[in-house]
Amino acid sequence: MTVLLTLTVLALIAIAIWQITKIFELSQTPKVNTQVADDDDNQLNGKLMFAFLIFIYALTLFSFWKWGDVLLPDASSEHGADYDNLMWISFAIIFFVQTITQALLHYFAYKYRGEKGKKAYFYADNDRLEAVWTIIPVIVLAGLILYGLYTWTSIMSVEEDEDSLVIELYAQQFNWKARYSGDDGVLGDANVRFLQDFDGKNQVGIDATDPNGFDDVVVQELHLPVGREVIFKMRSQDVLHSAYMPHFRAQMNCVPGMITEFAFVPVTTTSDMRQNPDVVAKVKKINKIRVENSKALVANGEEALEPYTFDYLLLCNKICGASHYNMQMKIIVETPEEFEKWIANQQTFAQVIQ
Amino acid sequence: MSTAAQVHEEDHGHHHKETFVTKYIFSQDHKMISKQYLITGIFMGIIGIAMSLLFRLQLAWPEQPMGVMQVLLGKWAPDGIMDPNVYLALVTIHGTIMVFFVLTAGLSGTFSNLLIPLQIGARDMASGLLNMISYWMFFLSSVIMVCSLFVEAGPAAAGWTIYPPLSALPQAQPGSGLGMTLWLVSMAIFIASSLLGSLNYIVTVINLRTKGMTMTRLPLTIWAFFVTAIIGVVSFPVLLSAALLLIMDRSFGTSFFLSDIFIQGEVLHYQGGSPVLYEHLFWFLGHPEVYIVLLPALGITSEVIATNSRKPIFGYRAMVASILAIAFLSTIVWGHHMFISGMNPFLGSVFTFTTLLIAIPSAVKAFNYITTLWKGNLQLNPAMLFSIGLVSTFISGGLTGIILGDSTLDINVHDTYFVVAHFHLVMGISALYGFFAGVYHWFPKMFGTMMNKNLGYVHFWVTAVCAYGVFLPMHFIGMAGLPRRYYTNTAFPYFDDLANINVVITIFALIAGAAQLVFLYNFIHSMFYGKKSPQNPWKSNTLGVDSSC
Repeated sequence: MTVLLTLTVLALIAIAIWQITKIFELSQTPKVNTQVADDDDNQLNGKLMFAFLIFIYALTLFSFWKWGDVLLPDASSEHGADYDNLMWISFAIIFFVQTITQALLHYFAYKYRGEKGKKAYFYADNDRLEAVWTIIPVIVLAGLILYGLYTWTSIMSVEEDEDSLVIELYAQQFNWKARYSGDDGVLGDANVRFLQDFDGKNQVGIDATDPNGFDDVVVQELHLPVGREVIFKMRSQDVLHSAYMPHFRAQMNCVPGMITEFAFVPVTTTSDMRQNPDVVAKVKKINKIRVENSKALVANGEEALEPYTFDYLLLCNKICGASHYNMQMKIIVETPEEFEKWIANQQTFAQVIQ
Repeated sequence: MSTAAQVHEEDHGHHHKETFVTKYIFSQDHKMISKQYLITGIFMGIIGIAMSLLFRLQLAWPEQPMGVMQVLLGKWAPDGIMDPNVYLALVTIHGTIMVFFVLTAGLSGTFSNLLIPLQIGARDMASGLLNMISYWMFFLSSVIMVCSLFVEAGPAAAGWTIYPPLSALPQAQPGSGLGMTLWLVSMAIFIASSLLGSLNYIVTVINLRTKGMTMTRLPLTIWAFFVTAIIGVVSFPVLLSAALLLIMDRSFGTSFFLSDIFIQGEVLHYQGGSPVLYEHLFWFLGHPEVYIVLLPALGITSEVIATNSRKPIFGYRAMVASILAIAFLSTIVWGHHMFISGMNPFLGSVFTFTTLLIAIPSAVKAFNYITTLWKGNLQLNPAMLFSIGLVSTFISGGLTGIILGDSTLDINVHDTYFVVAHFHLVMGISALYGFFAGVYHWFPKMFGTMMNKNLGYVHFWVTAVCAYGVFLPMHFIGMAGLPRRYYTNTAFPYFDDLANINVVITIFALIAGAAQLVFLYNFIHSMFYGKKSPQNPWKSNTLGVDSSC
């Protein structure tokens, strides 16, 4: 069926293109065709240039109207607010420049379309004009660079203090694990050489000779207490992975053979985020789509899709092999009390290897 | 005097006695070599574009069996559903072919060879022999790359950047076996070919300019080709070294890029290497490569816009200065691909600074093109339309670079579809438009016949609409947080609402693909049956229009 549809669509497209070609040909008055643009071509294509300008604007507006709701909701981390702010400033500048330059480009292409006998205006140089459009970008970019670097430095300077929670994110083909440092607040040494110890129970390769490691907790689901700084130490056991947490505006590669770092303060719990109007609207839309898709599945005798509820995501964002597209972990942001209760119920490394 | 004249006569006599093999196959004539590059480039382009259509089909209708997959991919698409490894392989080879084989060799190889001797008033390239060897090495590397598609376990599939350890370990994915070896061998030969070509261009431009053709009178096309060749000579050897070190890691047990790896239940012996080192080496070429692709397209555009506006290009000296500035900056910005690679954040600050500086010469170029149109007498030939289209996509794609070049903003859009949309517009589509502009503009010079203009118009307008139709919505997918190189987004219910955007993109992509068939037909048909062209159909005034090919 799909094949037939695809073929039909392709055939229709081919016919459409052939027809357009015919229109172009027929719109020409019969005369010697030199294959060089004449007045008619200049007229037609000049006007199409103007139409194209409108097309670019219309497509942009249409996309925002139709798909504006797929964009990420407000950031759920402390630095994320600065990030979003910088993003909107950059976007404002981009839209301003885009609107004006595209207008000039296409309008000129329309306005000055060629005509027989017309003479072009000789205008080869103007140093003042050149200076203007060199200096304006310089000033704008200087502002953006300074603001950007200020934000970058504040995001990337990780300072561990007593209150911060240290978590190791451990990547492998094709899943994530998280290791909490336990009561002592220190992650035990680890290396891939120890992965086979204790009949494979040593899931992230903790060094059993390091006393700091025994109270470490290894889990498959990431729980974060709200309002407390979380310092992530990333490791990978096989190939490059990237820990991408889009809702927190956070990402860092996991590199075999080295430990990378990223830190942020989550500010919205999962349950609060589920109440966020943007998220509610998005979830509603997604569930509508899932109900639609389920109808087709049920008709084929398959099970219907589960309704979707919002959860924060950790995704792999560096190509890592066949199941790269499905390498994920759920993130749950909760109150400190809920977090303490949850972590107390997990098995420590010492308990696991007993 | 008379002896010199005699020698000259003999030279010409010799040319007429060429055999079929020396004239068409192992030719040392720059014009024939340029045609060889053009046709090989177009052939590779067909493969590259066809691959993109296949994976676009997969992205739009991820769970539906499609006959076309079964026909084209055979056992790699059981029941007509593409295998995830094959998806990654297609993405990888699409990138490699389009960036290197089409937009580097196909674009630079064709037009540098054709135009440098013509526009500087030289008889041929400095070394015809090197030029011939350069083409045939490119041909060999193309053959190897195409052969790698037929390997049992599939071609390279680690992304066109082939980051180790994924690309280094056959255990990590099937494509990292023989397919990756062939990829590396093919690229090593390609780089050698590119270096020979570039050295030849540089030597020719410096030494063989005709009397009175000073550097400050050099056409902007030649400036662009010349500077492109210099960037190539500076940066390609670094990629070669990265490829060689990766071959050593793969085949001889060294640990340049590998350390502490546990895979498929065993600890590997590698110690002390770093994948980040590879990233540095790769992007030291990888970023300048963007300009190796783009500058020739901008050079062609300068010539086409000036000719068809019936005006000199506005601000010649500023244009040359911005080409030089872009070239210089392009070699010190590679780290913006690595903001979150684990390299020191301070380096990130430095690379943000240098990267955003590139916006300044780029803005100067865009404004100068626009001013060249102002009060012109625009002859809207197909080549002119593609040149104006190039300026449009160069602006649209370039502006989002302000976001990606900013280390802070890069954190959340890095490696998402936002990046894919950005670089396809600014270097993919722009460079392709430059390529098409060049073909439509110099086809009469190359083949002595005219291309059909109406087919050219259809080709441009359909492509222009579809290019925005594909890549503008793609920004939204990226801003929604969807990573690139995902076989499907159905593993995340959170992304379910992106499905219909993907369908829209794929439909535009299919139409754009169909539009390229119009070009292909026009190209081949005009070559044999086209109307005979006059000496100077576009009324250009650069050197070279009066010489016959």
